[in-house]
Amino acid sequence: MATIPIGAGPTITAQRVARRRYRVFFRNAPIVPLLIVTVLALVAVLAPVIAPHGKLDPVKPTQDRCLAKYGTADCPYVDNVPPFWAHGGTLDTPLGTDFLGRDVLSRLMYGASISLVVALTGTLFAGAIGTVLGVLAGYMGKWWDQIIMRITDAWLTLPSLVFAILLSSVRGPGLWNVVLILALVFWSRYSRAVRAEVLAIREREFVKLAEINGIGKLTIIWRHIIPNVMNTVMVLFSLQVGVAVIIEASLSFLGVGVPPPEPSWGLMMAQERESLMEGRWWLAVFPGACITMLVLSANMLGDWLRVRLDPQLRNR
Amino acid sequence: MKKYVLVRALYSVVTLWLLVTIIFGLVRLTGDPVAMKAEAGADAAYVAQLKSDWGLDRPLHWQYLGFVGRLLRGDFGHSFEKSLPVRDIYFERLPNSLKLGFAAFVISVVLGVPLGMLSALKVNSGWDNAGKMVALLGLSMPGFFVGLVLIIVFGINLGWLPVLGKGPSTFVWSMPSTWMPFWFRDWAYLAMPAFALGWYFSGAMLRITRSGMLDVLGSDYIKLVRLKGVPERMVVAKHALKNSMIPVLTFAGLNLLIMVNVAVVIEVIFNWPGVGQLLYDALSNRDFPMVQGVVLMSGLMIVVLNFTIDVLYGYVDPRIRLSR
Repeated sequence: MATIPIGAGPTITAQRVARRRYRVFFRNAPIVPLLIVTVLALVAVLAPVIAPHGKLDPVKPTQDRCLAKYGTADCPYVDNVPPFWAHGGTLDTPLGTDFLGRDVLSRLMYGASISLVVALTGTLFAGAIGTVLGVLAGYMGKWWDQIIMRITDAWLTLPSLVFAILLSSVRGPGLWNVVLILALVFWSRYSRAVRAEVLAIREREFVKLAEINGIGKLTIIWRHIIPNVMNTVMVLFSLQVGVAVIIEASLSFLGVGVPPPEPSWGLMMAQERESLMEGRWWLAVFPGACITMLVLSANMLGDWLRVRLDPQLRNR
Repeated sequence: MKKYVLVRALYSVVTLWLLVTIIFGLVRLTGDPVAMKAEAGADAAYVAQLKSDWGLDRPLHWQYLGFVGRLLRGDFGHSFEKSLPVRDIYFERLPNSLKLGFAAFVISVVLGVPLGMLSALKVNSGWDNAGKMVALLGLSMPGFFVGLVLIIVFGINLGWLPVLGKGPSTFVWSMPSTWMPFWFRDWAYLAMPAFALGWYFSGAMLRITRSGMLDVLGSDYIKLVRLKGVPERMVVAKHALKNSMIPVLTFAGLNLLIMVNVAVVIEVIFNWPGVGQLLYDALSNRDFPMVQGVVLMSGLMIVVLNFTIDVLYGYVDPRIRLSR
């Protein structure tokens, strides 16, 4: 009796081919940024499990810490504790506590999920809107093109931060409002790049042949155009995520982004501006370093992806 | 040339009109300007009063026509908070923003352009890698983080530089004697905010300079110059430099205006009384006409600059002028 199931051989070969393809794709991949993004994503997902303290409630201090700070044995919280290596720090709250006695490390961990969710979904929506409009403008041509591209041009005129502030002034603070604002501000970057790409693809043989065969416009767009602009969209996406993180942090910093008491990194920096003057540097530096780390890794991945997916740039 | 300028002017007017329409539409579609002033649970009569004050109870097309009509007359509405025309408050603040913008611009050029050229001349060398790192850091460190770190180091720990404000010298439009000294005084106040603002743009300048220089160095006429045996120093100084600077200058011009307009967070951190802080104050005072006015002004500035750049390009490059 033959026990080897039919098709086992080809499956293995297919697996091997797939594995090889992955290896080729990730050759020269920037390890450190990939690692940082992976770790941040893990921390964001696992924050409720691994964070040492809650994100909103002050840390309950031990008796002797209360005694040292206030002279009583019982106190609700101890605020502005420095990080553990500084004088007066404790390993219980390794990066110190903020002005309400909340643990900075835990809040940074929860903040990772806010930054990632807002930036990724905002950029995703922007990418979807921009890609659809760019493809329509590029493939349908004529009036579609004129109208969509004129609107895109006008849209691109305003600096993104100023535009975002205008929209947030009528939307008010809120996590999903920031997502909406990011989508509304950034779609125009995609539509312009995608349209340029579609103009070139439209003239290729496979599209012409499909047209001659009488295939409908929507099918051509779906089967032939969109798969071919995905590279451009992905590169833009990875480069826009970093910008979106910064815009979210800026809006939260200005008080119109993610509302308190949620631990957005930008908001954490804003709330500590006054205590900075009194020498409590750590409260502003840690969130800032987190933002920088995330944006830096996103940008490096984006640069790598751009070189990877665009052969013309490979030798630059 | 005349036709080209006319066409470009028409495009600019269309862009400006679309921009105004987009702002008008988006503000009414995504939210409610009154909701910003009247908090949730406000008296219904008060909300109705606000609506009629701002003309928001009229039909949409009348609101739109009134809005565009007032803009055409240069009327940006009245500030709710200070009961002054938005335009007057704006122009009072503008010189401060321009001063900050110019200083940041100089810093971004001084940091970005030489390093960008060096990277392009020595591709894949240590200089190039250093340049790449600076550009990446520039684009990844938010300006407000740089600003806070500067405050901690130079303002608080070392105590070298003043942390808040712009210094005593002010620019008053009605007193020409204050015009010149304003630009040349109180640079200590300017140093940190200008660096924090210019930092981000120096990364972008570096990238543009590098790729522009690489494009020129790979072109045929540079190869010819090299074939003639011209020393490398002269190739760069005499032939490559000028041509590679055209995209850099365009980009720099645009950057200058963007810097004047997006310094919001930096101005808030350093308490710099410019247009950005005006925007922030309007935001926290729930002063919608002011927010809208500042945004419209920045759109207007950029459209005008884009038009100027297009015309200059058409003037120096016949290919562009004749292509349309």
